[in-house]
Amino acid sequence: MFGFGILSGLLILPLIGAAFILTLRGDEAAIRNNARWAALATTIVTFLLSLVAWARFDTGSADFQLVESHAWLMETTRFTLGVDGFSLPFVLLTTFLMPFCILASWETIKTRIKEYMVAFLVLEALMIGVFVALDLVLFYIFFEAGLIPMFLIIGIWGGKRRIYASFKFFLYTLLGSVLMLIAVVAMYWQAGTSDIPTLLAHDFPVSLQTWLWLAFFASFAVKMPMWPVHTWLPDAHVEAPTAGSVILAGILLKMGGYGFIRFSIPMFPDASMYFAPMVFALSVIAIVYTSLVALMQEDMKKLIAYSSVAHMGFVTMGLFSLTPQGIEGAMFQMISHGLISGALFLCVGVIYDRMHTREIKAYGGLINRMPLYGVAFLLFTMANVGLPGTSGFVGEFLTLIGAFQANFWVAFVATTGVILSACYALWLYWRVMNGPLVKPELQAIQDLDRREVLLLAPLGILVIYYGVQPQVILDAFAAPTQALLANAYPVLQAGASLAGIQ
Amino acid sequence: MYHAIVFLPLLGFLIAGIFGRMIGPRPSEIVTTSFVAIAALLSWIALFSVGFGDGATTVRIGNWMVSGELAVDWALRIDALTVVMLVVVNTVSALVHLYSIGYMHEDPSRSRFFAYLSLFTFAMLMLVTSDNLVQMFFGWEGVGLASYLLIGFWYQKESANAAAMKAFVVNRVGDFGFALGIFLVFYIFGSTSFDVIFPQVEAFATGEAGADFVFLGLDAQGTLTLACLLLFMGAMGKSAQFLLHTWLPDAMEGPTPVSALIHAATMVTAGVFLVARMSPLFEFAPTALVVVTGIGALTAFFAATVGLVQNDIKRVIAYSTCSQLGYMFVALGLGAYSVGIFHLFTHAFFKALLFLGAGSVIHAMHHEQDMRNMGGLGKVIPLTALMMVIGTIALTGFPFTAGYYSKDAIIEAAYASSAGMSDVAFVAVVIAALFTSFYSWRLFFMTFAGKARWGEGHGHDAHAGHGDDHAHHHDHKPHESPPVMMIPLILLAIGSLVAGFLFKGVFIGDGYEAFWGDALYTRPDNTILVDLHYVPAWVVWSPFVMMAIGFGLAYWMYVRDTSVPARIAQEQPLVYRFLLNKWYFDELYDIIFVRPAKRLGHFLWRTGDGKVIDGMGPDGISARVLDTTSWVVRLQTGYIYHYAFAMLVGAAALVTWYLIAGVR
Repeated sequence: MFGFGILSGLLILPLIGAAFILTLRGDEAAIRNNARWAALATTIVTFLLSLVAWARFDTGSADFQLVESHAWLMETTRFTLGVDGFSLPFVLLTTFLMPFCILASWETIKTRIKEYMVAFLVLEALMIGVFVALDLVLFYIFFEAGLIPMFLIIGIWGGKRRIYASFKFFLYTLLGSVLMLIAVVAMYWQAGTSDIPTLLAHDFPVSLQTWLWLAFFASFAVKMPMWPVHTWLPDAHVEAPTAGSVILAGILLKMGGYGFIRFSIPMFPDASMYFAPMVFALSVIAIVYTSLVALMQEDMKKLIAYSSVAHMGFVTMGLFSLTPQGIEGAMFQMISHGLISGALFLCVGVIYDRMHTREIKAYGGLINRMPLYGVAFLLFTMANVGLPGTSGFVGEFLTLIGAFQANFWVAFVATTGVILSACYALWLYWRVMNGPLVKPELQAIQDLDRREVLLLAPLGILVIYYGVQPQVILDAFAAPTQALLANAYPVLQAGASLAGIQ
Repeated sequence: MYHAIVFLPLLGFLIAGIFGRMIGPRPSEIVTTSFVAIAALLSWIALFSVGFGDGATTVRIGNWMVSGELAVDWALRIDALTVVMLVVVNTVSALVHLYSIGYMHEDPSRSRFFAYLSLFTFAMLMLVTSDNLVQMFFGWEGVGLASYLLIGFWYQKESANAAAMKAFVVNRVGDFGFALGIFLVFYIFGSTSFDVIFPQVEAFATGEAGADFVFLGLDAQGTLTLACLLLFMGAMGKSAQFLLHTWLPDAMEGPTPVSALIHAATMVTAGVFLVARMSPLFEFAPTALVVVTGIGALTAFFAATVGLVQNDIKRVIAYSTCSQLGYMFVALGLGAYSVGIFHLFTHAFFKALLFLGAGSVIHAMHHEQDMRNMGGLGKVIPLTALMMVIGTIALTGFPFTAGYYSKDAIIEAAYASSAGMSDVAFVAVVIAALFTSFYSWRLFFMTFAGKARWGEGHGHDAHAGHGDDHAHHHDHKPHESPPVMMIPLILLAIGSLVAGFLFKGVFIGDGYEAFWGDALYTRPDNTILVDLHYVPAWVVWSPFVMMAIGFGLAYWMYVRDTSVPARIAQEQPLVYRFLLNKWYFDELYDIIFVRPAKRLGHFLWRTGDGKVIDGMGPDGISARVLDTTSWVVRLQTGYIYHYAFAMLVGAAALVTWYLIAGVR
């Protein structure tokens, strides 16, 4: 079909939707309505198309599949798309979460709704692009361009301090990007191509690996975010509209982890092993530090944002344990966190829409009037805490068991995170939901309406389903993980262990 | 059949949980109760087919997760240990469901309550049937969740919310150790499945397979000990052992049937089950066993001392539970696993009986729990009183009741053993037996004997309208509970009387081999079960003597001369306050953990993130930029000679620079 495959379809569909919305004319109400429905329809069709991609995908193979390549800048830098087991689940996560974002913004966005929907659809295309790009330059463009719509979403539809937050967000991520750009150029000069599969097979000299690794790290660490470059995240979350938070926590944070698994770990194995102890240190600091900070938050969104940083600490720790369980667990943790944190931000959005405050103190005893909401909030809180039977457990468990094999003390400190997460998450639930309902302004608060049930129920079902049957996703990660460890880390296969305590 | 045993309660939970509000409380009660009752009947059938037949089997349900060499299944491992637990869990659960129909009949959200009870039962069944450590962890945390939900069932009570959260968090501290234990076992044996781990243990521990094994500077033996200790940390949390016990007394904030089911008969014994299940590991880690004995003995003693002075009827029984769990761990630590499980089995009957009996008292007293406001209830609610007598004699080990067989076996084993800490344990459990008898009879006398102390409080209301009006009267006078509550009590009472001598033979006697099969492992040189029969007569008699003294003391202090307790409390204020405040553990933990964590969190947030990271990072940079610009702005004064002067200075500097650079 004109040489274009499913993946370019996934890229183009949201853009078509965006273009259509831009052409909408008429009176205010009609535009609002049409823009919303058009955006919803676009995202749903995109999701269905991504399911087709999933159906055609063979999880047993570690190769890139559904590959398509078009002439672009030059012969060595082509417009190449393709997915493997690492990237396809993220494409699905993106397309799956988008309809929820549109639905979450249904009533709450009052101004410039047309532009809002366009920004989201463009953002969707760019995010999909990050995960399907098989060319380094193309990846870089998608990776950085994604900043712009997000910057706009926070800056235009955000809260009171949105300008501060959006600039902080932009500054941090830009800093990383510049260094990454230098690395991209250096890699092109070194290998003579920007084709990712070729680069994956290329042996970079050890000395160059170190610098390239650090340059990529600067960018991905900010995106994750890792301690100590995490402070933009709480501000960005607090100011972003609900759907913005969902995308931020659900997808944008995952680009850092995806970057590690796509570039740093397979392309620079020597540097990765060399720097693994540093990553471990930063990861466990993140887990303990941000969990403690989360404990004392007074703003619900900030609390969840800090908890996200802690959960991303499990991801980096798992990835750099360079064990099958660690890597697959980290990838799973990202997918699972995308669902759980997205759902938690939606939960906050539900009561924010009613009371227009995120202050924990402003609530209390909501369960008396909102039993359904209580069920949903408790489910996602427990998933966030990593209760077995929810998807949160699988990721945490696998990353920890992976890290344990690499280094006992890392796993030891990181496991304290399971205690701390229980503290901050249950305390939040207690302060918001339990107790007597005494505050006069809460007396008339309404339970979930049908739209909100529609939003939260699928996420809840998936969180439990993946908690009991994670294999559906883990299978996708298994083949590329095995190939990665066998190709790039034959040393570790021989039984030697990392970061040498054992 | 095994599917039905495990999944019927889950089905009940789903029906009552999802459709509870639609179908109303009564159908929810009937569905959940009957499902669990069916599961209980099937469990007894399973006990006979597995324990007395040859039905041990593993039912695979599906795979859970596979990653690298880690492969975790959903499976039901059915052996003697499992079926004993199935019987305990489902029987007590079914009786508690039934009892709750009466106890909770005024509560508007009963469907939710029954859903939670069934959820708990399901999680507990998953725990005891698991064939690998990860599924056990699933059940382990699942019962923790159910416990959290049930303790906090009355969510309007802030004390209940606090207790629920405390229970969950303290259990998580134990789970921290459990999780690390699982990781270490996986690291050593490359699997979490019992069938793969157990056959490897001996070769590993004795150095045949693990000769050059080093982990954190430990050899194979040391690593195995570490693994056992980490797993035991999980057991300490769940079973409320010393240091991690603080949540159990607070958990009494939950409705009383919950206390009976979760915090007496089943969930808190999960730790005992864990150690028994892992007996093939513990047998090769003697040091770990010594720790188990020590912690068990300390808990048995400590909790009994605290129980002496508590005034809340449920808290006394809670500390008693804590203490009895200590007894079970002493047995396990001595290598007498089946004795520990036997005590678990008998304890489930009489402790559930005591709790449900206490519930009946509380029900009668309209939710009064303070024993200082009771007294004289024996005449008013005689049937409950009789049930409490049976529970008490079983707990204190009156001859031929259930506790007599299991508890005395533990005391004898402690004497007979030559393992480390066994002497200390012997002294501790004998003294604890004295305390047990004292606080149990104290509870009984304060509640049922003497003069009624509830007349004053209730009388005022009751006689407001010159109290001959019966309709008015019966609202305030303590009343006997309805049959739906008394039937479970009677069944448990029968169990408390006969469970001991009926099952003694197969649990710890001649039928041992045939009954347990491979479910419990003891090394060939572990002869404790034989040795405990050859102890001197005074050892055999010591528990009985202790029980008699305890009874006598309690009778003297709470029936004959009721001024004695107050006088002792006055003369020994330090000891009294120390015991009344439970050795000040809550205060201590608040100072060591809770407050520093909050303060540290606040510090890291405000200073770490705020001042240091943001201050040196984005905020700092933007502040510097602003400083610079405002400085530049000030320079722009508009006077030409200022600019001219600046140009001159600049030109001079430039020339100087080139000169110097040129010279070099």
